[in-house]
Amino acid sequence: MAGRGRGAAAFSFNLESLGIGRGSMPEARVGPTPLFPNTEFKPVPLKVSEEEDYMLALKQEMRGTMQRLPHNIKPLCNKAEVERYTERYLKKSKVVDEEWIPDWNLFPKELMPQKKKLRAKAVAKKTTKVSSKDSADMMTKLDELAKKDDGNAEKSDDENDKEKKKNEDEEEEIEAEEYDEEDVEEENDYIDNYFDNGEDFAAASDDNMDTEATY
Amino acid sequence: MYGARGADVGGMTLQEVRLCGLLLREHFGEVVEKVGKHLLRSGALNLRTIINETGLPLDLVKKCLCVLVQHGACVFSSGRKGPGSPTEYLTSCNRILRILRYPRYIYTAKTLYGDTGELIIEELLQRGHMTMSSTVKTVADRLTQNMEEGRSMEYSEVSSAFSNLVETHFLQRCPPQPGAGGKDKTTAAPTDNPATPAAPAKTTPQTAESFPDCYKVPHMTLSGRGKRQLSTEEGEDQRNAKKPRLDTATHGDEGIYWQVNYERFHLHFRDQAIISAVANKLDQTSSEIVRTMLRMSEVTTSPTAHCTKPLSSNEIFRSLPSSYNIARPILDQYLTLLVDDPMEFVGKAGESGGGMYVVNLHRALANLARATLESVVQERFGSRSARIFRLLLRKRHLEQKQVEDFAMIPAKEAKDMLYTLLSENLVQLQEIPKTPDYAPSRTFYLYTVNQLPTARMLLQNCHKTVANLIERRLFETKESKRLLEKSQRIEAILASLQASGAEPEQLQEVEEMITAPEKQQLDSLKLHINKLDSAENQVDETIFLLESYITGTASST
Repeated sequence: MAGRGRGAAAFSFNLESLGIGRGSMPEARVGPTPLFPNTEFKPVPLKVSEEEDYMLALKQEMRGTMQRLPHNIKPLCNKAEVERYTERYLKKSKVVDEEWIPDWNLFPKELMPQKKKLRAKAVAKKTTKVSSKDSADMMTKLDELAKKDDGNAEKSDDENDKEKKKNEDEEEEIEAEEYDEEDVEEENDYIDNYFDNGEDFAAASDDNMDTEATY
Repeated sequence: MYGARGADVGGMTLQEVRLCGLLLREHFGEVVEKVGKHLLRSGALNLRTIINETGLPLDLVKKCLCVLVQHGACVFSSGRKGPGSPTEYLTSCNRILRILRYPRYIYTAKTLYGDTGELIIEELLQRGHMTMSSTVKTVADRLTQNMEEGRSMEYSEVSSAFSNLVETHFLQRCPPQPGAGGKDKTTAAPTDNPATPAAPAKTTPQTAESFPDCYKVPHMTLSGRGKRQLSTEEGEDQRNAKKPRLDTATHGDEGIYWQVNYERFHLHFRDQAIISAVANKLDQTSSEIVRTMLRMSEVTTSPTAHCTKPLSSNEIFRSLPSSYNIARPILDQYLTLLVDDPMEFVGKAGESGGGMYVVNLHRALANLARATLESVVQERFGSRSARIFRLLLRKRHLEQKQVEDFAMIPAKEAKDMLYTLLSENLVQLQEIPKTPDYAPSRTFYLYTVNQLPTARMLLQNCHKTVANLIERRLFETKESKRLLEKSQRIEAILASLQASGAEPEQLQEVEEMITAPEKQQLDSLKLHINKLDSAENQVDETIFLLESYITGTASST
């Protein structure tokens, strides 16, 4: 503020003592720095040796292996039909069937998944009510699966895997389960209606033309 | 500015968290990344809070925590608010950053203990922790797979390699975790239970080293040979070979889990760094002498020691490898040269026994770190800027004029360079007032460089660099995703055709499904990815050096 009247650039401290003259100040910057600024000095090339090559191979192998292990947790998502063709060939490389069961002595109890099946087994001797409820659940699930079989064989495989996975994973979030089921049911309804309507329509039209009209 | 100051106390820098997230994603998937990053940013949290704050379903969060605990990336303890409070989970960057170093650990095991050692370490790194018996069986199977028809690997051979690794402390038992396994108290706690209610959640749970049986090999009943998998389907034999045995045979070592002892590998790397620095600066013979001294001191030196225990020249002479038959007076000359060298690798601790000598571990590391900083400045700003930087490191505080004179650089250029270094935070400006009113005309302005904070800043840069390298690699892979998938599909088709004995013409036809420009694109992609991966490995070498210096110095101040 002191030097405002005289000239544009003025500093509150004495420039000379810093040893920098007014003329030798670098240009004022206009705008943000470029994303890839020009570098005066190029970086030194990477080391190339047998050791480095071997470690590179180790690294890439390790990454590949760890991505296939069950430790690699995939987000639950409904795979679209389109992916299946690629998956068919890539599936072999995945260690899908290997389940990892940690030694629960080393983990806090709360991390254990609640297995419905185990619970049924464990309390089978105690309460028959619980087990019948579980088997009732299984029955409804089987019914759903049976319905789905009419529609689309492949899709039921997918659902089967999902259902199995859900049973194995186990959680107490009923909301989450219901949400999934609702999702599934909606698609099923659509497909079922499609096929059912086709058959019923043909059957109905042939036999009961009159009853259709009276409605 | 020096936000990394808290880094060694558990405070994380932005770059560290970003890098850890990427490493978690690459090895354990995006869900674990989300949970892990959240824990890194928030400190200790209980299960409910994690679920609420990440919005992930309960079962996924549980699985992620299991994976993190399995690999030692996350520790749990009973809550801070007393014995009834829920378990709290805590993650730290350090363990996750070790993933970058996995190739180096595996390669080192190979150089020290051959293919068997290599596979043992690889399996344990991949699985987090395993029992000795399951490790031995899996490794024997893998080795058998690669042997000629009809030959197989004896379990006992693998067991003895395993025992060697334990003896030299490269492997250690997993420490018992308080609050685990459905029991609220550890029944067999060898030392006092650290998870007392009063203990803050940030206290590290029992380290492996505090467990007296840490390096005790259990008695196992395990005999037999590795099994070769009959190849039924493509890929299945490989898959089965890597699968840890799920058979229910017991071998007497159930519940005893082993993990890789990273610190021991780090000591080895440190020794290697010192030896190769001596070889580069002086000569091969000097480095052999230092190597001998370090070998003699392996078991007598604690991991945090500043220098090795004093060794007499007589003892060193007797322990030199037989291929180095240098005369006794020559050895003394070499030792004197080493002591006089400004890198201070070796120090003289007394005159008895022909002279007592130590390897200055901390000083050597500090000097190696200093050399790294100087090299960075040189490569980024040129040798004259590096000269200024070195000057300020040695002379501590210099005025503008003094810098120009000592560095023998003309005033205008010196000012330019100083300004650039200042703007990059490699050099700092300090004001020393002559009068109490801080008047600028009566104040000294001194340029200065402080090694420790500068090293921290460069370490942060390294983390950022590796994170950038990973992101670029992911980007390149994503760009060519369709092409990569196509090439994988074609390879899978080729493999299945070959297995079913197809004609060469058929194979040719399939191969030609990839056009020439596509092949070129794939080759170029592979080259890029290899370069980026290799760069990650090499930046990690610098990270190791800076980290070792920073933790070593911070613990001694």
